[in-house]
Amino acid sequence: MVSDARAAAASVVDPELRVVTIGDLGIVRDVRAGADGRVTVTITPTYAGCPAMDVIRADIRAALAAAGHADAEVVTVLSPPWSTDHITDAGRAKLAATGIAPPEHTGTVTLALSPRCPLCGSPDTAQLSRFGSTACKALWRCRSCGEPFDQVKAY
Amino acid sequence: MSSEALELGDDALIAAQRLAEWCASAPELEEDLALANIALDQLGAARLFLSYAGEADGRTEDDLAYLRDDREFRNCLLAELPNGDFAVTMAKLLFLAAAQKLRYDALAAGPDARLAAIAAKTRKETAYHLDHAARWVVRLGDGTAESHRRMQDAVDALWPYTHELGERAAWLALVEPVLAEATLDRPADGWAPAGGRDGVHTEHLSYLLAEMQVVHRAHPGARW
Repeated sequence: MVSDARAAAASVVDPELRVVTIGDLGIVRDVRAGADGRVTVTITPTYAGCPAMDVIRADIRAALAAAGHADAEVVTVLSPPWSTDHITDAGRAKLAATGIAPPEHTGTVTLALSPRCPLCGSPDTAQLSRFGSTACKALWRCRSCGEPFDQVKAY
Repeated sequence: MSSEALELGDDALIAAQRLAEWCASAPELEEDLALANIALDQLGAARLFLSYAGEADGRTEDDLAYLRDDREFRNCLLAELPNGDFAVTMAKLLFLAAAQKLRYDALAAGPDARLAAIAAKTRKETAYHLDHAARWVVRLGDGTAESHRRMQDAVDALWPYTHELGERAAWLALVEPVLAEATLDRPADGWAPAGGRDGVHTEHLSYLLAEMQVVHRAHPGARW
């Protein structure tokens, strides 16, 4: 019973990066049922000011209700802080397949490397803007194919 | 009430409000996005700190943000100063983000588990703000004669207000190398206005609060 609740919570689509689920992003920390059967989902925000959190909470409750778990509780925790290292390999593949460069792993490089162009694969890319259309992204351009693309910045 | 949470929450809230004034007015589209993103991060930090600060006496983050008067705010004076030109805004961000990063780093290793969790979250974002501001200060300082002059003017004008930011030596260790790389003169220490932590503010805060709070106060309890 908890496993289907876990699956329902993890399958909620991220409101801003609509190609990945919150399970892919690694922001679902825990799903458990109390003695009364009420499900509690624990999530963590990507960025402190992420404006999608209210929508995510509502979507989790709706997804669980649809899976037969009415009145689920959504709890937000901060610790340990979310990192882009928590994005799953499946999530990274989905991002890349839709033209959003996945983040490099944090801690492995001190100087940020240029992401490969998710469209043509060229490593010859240049950052246009360190901030992008959402808090978690930066804007890049490929020097080979000329296309601009988003990157989920390492965090 | 945790005075530390209140100070940090107010710093972040007032900085967010000031940065948001740039929305649709920044020198280029990319910087417009950057300043709005940084404002959003600061607002996120403010909400976490103020929620915590208000819990002890049953006040919400909204109560603290919208229903206090200027004398009850504990932000540093630097945060409330007007944006000025882009150089002033970047100098303000460099100075404030350096101070925020140091305080968050200390709190993240501190004894208050709740503050430690908030700080461990917000310091990652603050480090990015600090880096962003430092790059602009270097680019403008080590740029044209005009950009250098304006960046130096900004640093000179704001320097007195940095004495209120907390532990000085560690802060200087973050800021001085940036000024050096930017070919800017590190101003001499002298006049050191203070009072923000005691609720004694410049006149600029009252105007900022009037704009930030007017809708909430005109329509108490309104929801949408």
